[in-house]
Amino acid sequence: MDDKTTEIELRLLLEALFQKYCYDFRGYSMASIKRRLFQAREHFDCRTFSQLQDRVLHDPAVLSKLLSFLTVRVSELFRNPAYFLAIREKVIPYLRTYPSIKVWVAGCGAGEEVYSLAILFREEGLENRTMFYGTDISPEALEKAKAGVYKLDRIPLFTENHRQSGGKSSLSDYYSAAYQAAIFDKNLRRRVVFSDHSLATDGVFAEVQFISCRNVLIYFDRELQDRAVGLFKDSLARKGFLGLGFKESLRFNRHADTFTEFARSERIYQKRGDL
Amino acid sequence: MTATQAEAIVIGASAGALEALSILLPALPQDYPLPIMVVVHLSPDRESMLAELLRAKCSLDAREVEDKEPIQGGTIYFAPPDYHLLVEVDKHLSLSIEEPVHHSRPSIDVLFETAADAYGAALIGIVLTGASNDGSQGLKAVVSAGGTALIQRPDLAYIPTMPQAALDACPEAQVMSLEQITAYLQERSTPL
Ligand SMILES: C[S@@+](CC[C@H](N)C(=O)[O-])C[C@H]1O[C@@H](n2cnc3c(N)ncnc32)[C@H](O)[C@@H]1O
Repeated sequence: MDDKTTEIELRLLLEALFQKYCYDFRGYSMASIKRRLFQAREHFDCRTFSQLQDRVLHDPAVLSKLLSFLTVRVSELFRNPAYFLAIREKVIPYLRTYPSIKVWVAGCGAGEEVYSLAILFREEGLENRTMFYGTDISPEALEKAKAGVYKLDRIPLFTENHRQSGGKSSLSDYYSAAYQAAIFDKNLRRRVVFSDHSLATDGVFAEVQFISCRNVLIYFDRELQDRAVGLFKDSLARKGFLGLGFKESLRFNRHADTFTEFARSERIYQKRGDL
Repeated sequence: MTATQAEAIVIGASAGALEALSILLPALPQDYPLPIMVVVHLSPDRESMLAELLRAKCSLDAREVEDKEPIQGGTIYFAPPDYHLLVEVDKHLSLSIEEPVHHSRPSIDVLFETAADAYGAALIGIVLTGASNDGSQGLKAVVSAGGTALIQRPDLAYIPTMPQAALDACPEAQVMSLEQITAYLQERSTPL
């Protein structure tokens, strides 16, 4: 009985967040969000989710902290190097034939994936014809992405990842180190736009040739995954590419037929040419 | 009191996992009705080999999970390296890269807690050998939900730390040798 009450309160809290702030977590995978909401409840020292709901409805300052519990932002530069190697070797040759290229990194977190692609495209000589769009729902993550500053102790991992991704230069060419931090080169951001966009509530925003959306859809239930991939389908140009996280697939998705497997084990899909 | 029919099994193991699972899992028959979800702590690249090694030995289908897979009986699901494995209430599997728990991703606690939520009294949770504290909170959640808790006898485990921690957290759990756990699981293949 108690469990049932908690369940009701939890759903009401998510409903309140949506009604008041337009943050829509109602279609997220519950197992993970529930664990994180329990952590948030403890952090805010609330006995019930109803109390937490009361706090967040009346105090927007609570919202931003609560968002940091609700969004998982773990990332790395060149995370899963094999993915970036496949982009370099298999996708880039296609993109090379376009006069101008648009790349959308959906759920870009603190920008690691965007900087990885910007570096890769520079190394492949495509940077000057490419626009990168990094989008996320977390204002805090977008701030960090714009700053492009990462803890220095993460650099060895980033460097090794970059090397394994087929990197053609030294990662140290792209950042300067200061005060325990690595600051990524401002001109890597020349052709990058970071902006707020939710795969749960917003629409298509541009026609793009390549979408990278890794480790974001895993937080959605299947219905919301269908919505997000529907957006990707509508945003992609003919024969455009969609890259997912290593343990994600379109196998259970409503729009699976729209795509063909392009690089199977690296989870890169291509939109069919006849659509 | 009539025992609830078991519907799923979750297993957590760390150091010594391969040896222990090699006794347990191959002993289950091809028509085994329950799904089995497994979290093992190993270095990321070794772990994916684990699913392959055990697939070769088992008559059940054994594989690493893909996000949003529906849970099916007679299948052994391994958490992929570097992802948490979670059970959804509607009997799907989800993955997550949120922070490690007890320095581990995947974490046994995360699997057990979410599985307890989804299966309640119909869950069997098993903690095996390992040098960690992971699994004890999860096993407690299994017990609180009315499920069955089994722990490998610490004195027989390759590393006793993890089963002992689980036992300290769940004194009501049944403590068994690997052979006894195997026999217990084999019995679940026929209705009570
Ligand atoms: C685990 S991070 C993934 C970072 C990076 N893509 C990677 O794979 O390393 C997930 C990101 O998805 C974002 N996110 C969650 N819900 C979202 C939504 N509805 N629309 C867009 N982004 C979302 C989170 O804020 C977070 O930054």
